[in-house]
This record gives sequence, C-alpha cells and structure tokens, in this order.
Amino acid sequence: MTAASVTANAPATPESAARVGPIEGLRQTATLAWRTLVQIKHNPWELGDFSFQPIMFVLLFTYVFGGAISGSTGAYLTFALPGIIVMNMLFVTMYVGMGLNTDLTKGVFDRLRTLPLARWAPLAGRITADLVKQAWSIVLLLGVGAILGFRIGTSVVELLAAVGLILVFALAFSWVSVLVGVLAADPEKVQIFGMTALFPITFVSNVFVPIETMPGWLQAFVNVNPVTLLADASRGLMVGGPVAGPVIGSLLWATAIAAVFGPVSVWAFKRRV
Amino acid sequence: MDHAIRAEGLVKRYGETTALDGVDLAVRTGTVLGLLGPNGAGKTTAVRVLATLLQPDAGHATVGGYDVVRDAHRVRQLIGLTGQYASVDEALTGTENLLLIGRLLGMSRRAAKARARELLARFQLEDAASRAAKTYSGGMRRRLDLAASLVGRPALLYLDEPTTGLDPRSRLELWGLVRSLVADGVTVLLTTQYLEEADQLADEIAVIDEGRVIATGAPDELKAKIGARCLAVRPADDADVPAVISVVGELAGVAPEVEGRLVTAPVTDSALLPAVVRRLDDAGVVITELALRNSSLNEVFLSLTGHPAGETEQADDTEGVLV
Ligand SMILES: Nc1ncnc2c1ncn2[C@@H]1O[C@H](COP(=O)(O)OP(=O)(O)O)[C@@H](O)[C@H]1O
Ligand SMILES: [Mg+2]
Repeated sequence: MTAASVTANAPATPESAARVGPIEGLRQTATLAWRTLVQIKHNPWELGDFSFQPIMFVLLFTYVFGGAISGSTGAYLTFALPGIIVMNMLFVTMYVGMGLNTDLTKGVFDRLRTLPLARWAPLAGRITADLVKQAWSIVLLLGVGAILGFRIGTSVVELLAAVGLILVFALAFSWVSVLVGVLAADPEKVQIFGMTALFPITFVSNVFVPIETMPGWLQAFVNVNPVTLLADASRGLMVGGPVAGPVIGSLLWATAIAAVFGPVSVWAFKRRV
Repeated sequence: MDHAIRAEGLVKRYGETTALDGVDLAVRTGTVLGLLGPNGAGKTTAVRVLATLLQPDAGHATVGGYDVVRDAHRVRQLIGLTGQYASVDEALTGTENLLLIGRLLGMSRRAAKARARELLARFQLEDAASRAAKTYSGGMRRRLDLAASLVGRPALLYLDEPTTGLDPRSRLELWGLVRSLVADGVTVLLTTQYLEEADQLADEIAVIDEGRVIATGAPDELKAKIGARCLAVRPADDADVPAVISVVGELAGVAPEVEGRLVTAPVTDSALLPAVVRRLDDAGVVITELALRNSSLNEVFLSLTGHPAGETEQADDTEGVLV
C-alpha cells in the first residue's frame, strides 16, 4: 500500500458548481440504474425471482386450475395472463424498496450522499432499473403465454398501450415500495411485507377467477380493487372487451397512489437519512 | 495559514442524547487533525456533520470555505469519506464499486476504469477485483471502502476510526497511506480511539468527550499543557524498591506508582534528574533503568477527563448513581 499514486495533487476545481444540471443528473441516474442491473450478473437468483416465479404461476394456474375454472386451459390462459402480468408487476416493484433498504442499512446511501449528485438521482436510478426489470418480465410472460397458446385479440398498438399502462401503474406503485423500504428495518422485512400485503390484494381480485363466482360482499371489494381494474384494462387492451372504464379507473388509482405515497415517502426518506 | 475545516458551536441532539454539545474545530489546510475520544464521544456525529450527511441543530461549519448546510453540494466536490463501517455495494465486484463512483463523479468510462485499476492495485485488491464484495474479508472491505473515497482525488479526507479492528500490520500500512496522502497536500480529519494513532499521525489533536472538545493542541503541546513528564526508575534489586520509592517520592512531592520494580512519578521540573541520581548513588542503589519521558496520551486523557479513554459508560454509571 505504498500510496505514491493515490495522490490528490489536483485540488477541487476552482469554479465548482452549486448544483447538478439536469443532463448530468440523468447521466447519474443511468449510472445508478446500471449499478442495480449489473448486480443481477452476480446474483442470478434475483433474475429467477422475477422470471421463473411468474412463469411458474402461469403454468400452475393454467394447468391446475384452468380446466376447472374456464373449461379449457387455452381459454383460461386468455383470461388469466393479463392479470398475472399485473400481479407480477406489483411483486417486482418490491425490488425498489428492498434495494433502497439495502443501501440504507449497508451505508451505501451515505457514500452516495457524500458525492456531488443530483438529489433525486439515487431514487430515479432505482426506479429506472425497476422499469427495465418490469419490461423484461412483461415480455417474458407474453412470450411464455404465446408458447402455451395465449393469443392477442387486439392490435399491436393496443398491446403496447396495455404495457404502457402497466408500467405507469408500476411507477406510481413504486412509491409504496419506497415507503416500505424506508420504514423497514432490513431488506427481509420489505420482502415479508410484499408477501403478506400483495398476496391478498392480488388474490381478492379478478386476476385468477371471474368475479361472478364470489360472494356479494367480496364482489364489492373486488370491484374497486385497483388490481381488478388494471387486470380488466389489460384484458381489454390485449384480448378485447371494455377498455375505457377500467383504463380510467386504473389511471385514477395510479394518480391517487402517487399523490399520497409520493410525498409521504419523500418525507419519511428525509427523516431517515 | 488558512483552514480547510472550521466548525463553531456544533450541536446535535438525538432525543435525550446530546451527541454534540457545542463542538469547535479548526483544521489547517494540508494537516492532519486527530479527533480523539472514547466510544460514544461524538466523533462519528461530528464527521457526519462535516461530510454533509447530517444537519447540525445549532452552530455552523465550513469546509473549503463552503457552508456544510447551505453549500453542501460544493462541499461534496471536495471531500472523501471512509466511514466507521465499510459502505461498499456488496452485490458489486471491487472493480464495479470503484467504477460506479468514478462514473458518478463524471469521469469517462476509460478514465474511471483506469482509476479503478490503479486503486485496486494500490490496495492489493487486484486478485479480488472481479469478485463480488460480499465475498471479501473485513480488511478487504475496508480497503475497498477507502479506495472508493479516493476515486475523486479529494482535497479533504475524513477517516472515521480507520484502523479499528485492523491487525497491526494493516494498521501500519494505513498509517503509511495517510502520511503519503498528506505529503500530497490532502487535509485529513481522522477519528480514533487509539492515543498512539493520534500521536503518530496528527499535527493537531482535539480530544472529544461527551460531545465536547475538552482540549486541543499539537501532541507535544497537549502533553506540556498537562505539565506532566514522567520519571521512571527501576532498581536492579527487589530489596531496593522501598529506598527508591522514598527518594522519588520525596523529590517529586507525590506518592510514586509502583509496578514490579518500576517506580514512576509525574514531575514538573526536569532539573531534579541529577538529584535523583545523586541520592540513589549515595544510598548505594544500583539502577537498571532511569528515564524522564513525556506522558503518554493515555495519561493525558485520564487527567483531562478524569476517566481513562474508552470507559465513559462506567463513568456514566457512576454519575447516574451520584445524581
Ligand atoms: N442515529 C442516532 N440515534 C440516536 N442516538 C445516536 C445516533 N447516532 C449517535 N447517537 C448517540 O450519540 C452519541 C455520540 O455517538 P457517535 O457520534 O457515534 O460517537 P463515537 O463515534 O465517538 O463513538 C452516542 O451517545 C450515541 O449513542
Ligand atoms: Mg463512531
């Protein structure tokens, strides 16, 4: 450790900037997104988490329940796949909170905060990386679905609109994940929250089972569940059926979630760091 | 000479705990300040305020002339921080960790790669460069963390207890590194619980205890301030110990401490050394060791705080009983 060249012979630039410009901030965001994605290389189980797990869901539901619920596995896949994509999206958003929590508990966040970064870059980097993961799982699920017999009943434009809508909702729901990530004591707690809160919300929806089969009191909840609305909107845009109502409902939910959880998360975040 | 760091009246409270209770610090450019204090003294809190990670409840501080609260972004362009606990991304390799910092600092991909390679070589992490940091040993993580704080060639470096938990060899290596950084003009603020470390590295020491700076000065000044030099006499024969005790005690004016055959006493007047020699000679005592040395920083700390370094909790308990 002879430190001859660990020099600091160049003192800081004389005219240092008072803040980060937006272009520089975006570059930092891209670097931080790279950092989140490149670690999948060393941690392949994480790839499995948002790849094999949803595929397993598709296979299980299609072949175990499909016949009983829809009469045939093909018909069931057409009914369930858009909703499974929505459900998977919600689970994948939990990576934002888990990653954020890891950074906070392992001190990486402190290191980032001693660097001259745009204040929003670390969070934006995480969320950008999350959107890449989201897009990857959606493509993967559509691909697996196509192999198993899922057929698009609409056009490419409508399919892309469905993907866009799901990503917009993911963006809004990321704020919930951010809040959990900031409040949780360790990353495992974020995961536990994901399991215990998201399973009931996604199952008490019409993702897997048509709403008519449920008791009336449950239908009341299922009808306003954002997961139902988003699943309906996705079905409409991918397979066919009513679109306007569920899309507007989904967007209203996304706006409401972002409006509530955005400021609360930022507030909690500032308190913690 | 200008000051790279100036802090005045820093206060930071955590609920009932006052972590900083009016801390004043001044670090001249290009020097090492050793912030010396036991566990819980407020060292980390002070460093975090100066590194823009924490906002003080009162007081203010400037780093490189910039206010750490109002001009935090400018301060961040000057500093590097190696925290008390390594803050590396465990999921990334050593190279990727350094690449990340370089890119975030605006370096080109090539420059960031070159800098990463250079630092990995410097810190003997080449062999582990493409392994995930979670497979690193504690010492390796520390080195990677230190390397990460040097990527941007900071003009100011904060080292929060950089050698706590390191083996003696790594400690000496780190001392060498700090010295070479200072030789290159870097200003260093180093916190430590080791008195020897502050004595070895620091141009100036600030002793901190319970959120307050209780003494500052160059290591020698600090020792002079206490007025204490220490007379040590060791007779060849056990039987002579009582005679030595009586001679030393009489001349020093205080009861000496005895450890085996070594008799020590704090003295203020170095002129009494010849007198000691003469009196012991008259008494026919054969001496194997005779020394007049500066007090160790441990003794300094004891006389400043009334309790030895690292024993605050014990002292707190006593206080609790008394109150
Ligand atoms: N985040 C925190 N919340 C509550 N108390 C804290 C926090 N950080 C530090 N403290 C308290 O502040 C005091 C100073 O802590 P610290 O600066 O870490 O001391 P040192 O680094 O010298 O060991 C301690 O009593 C510690 O318990
Ligand atoms: Mg500390």
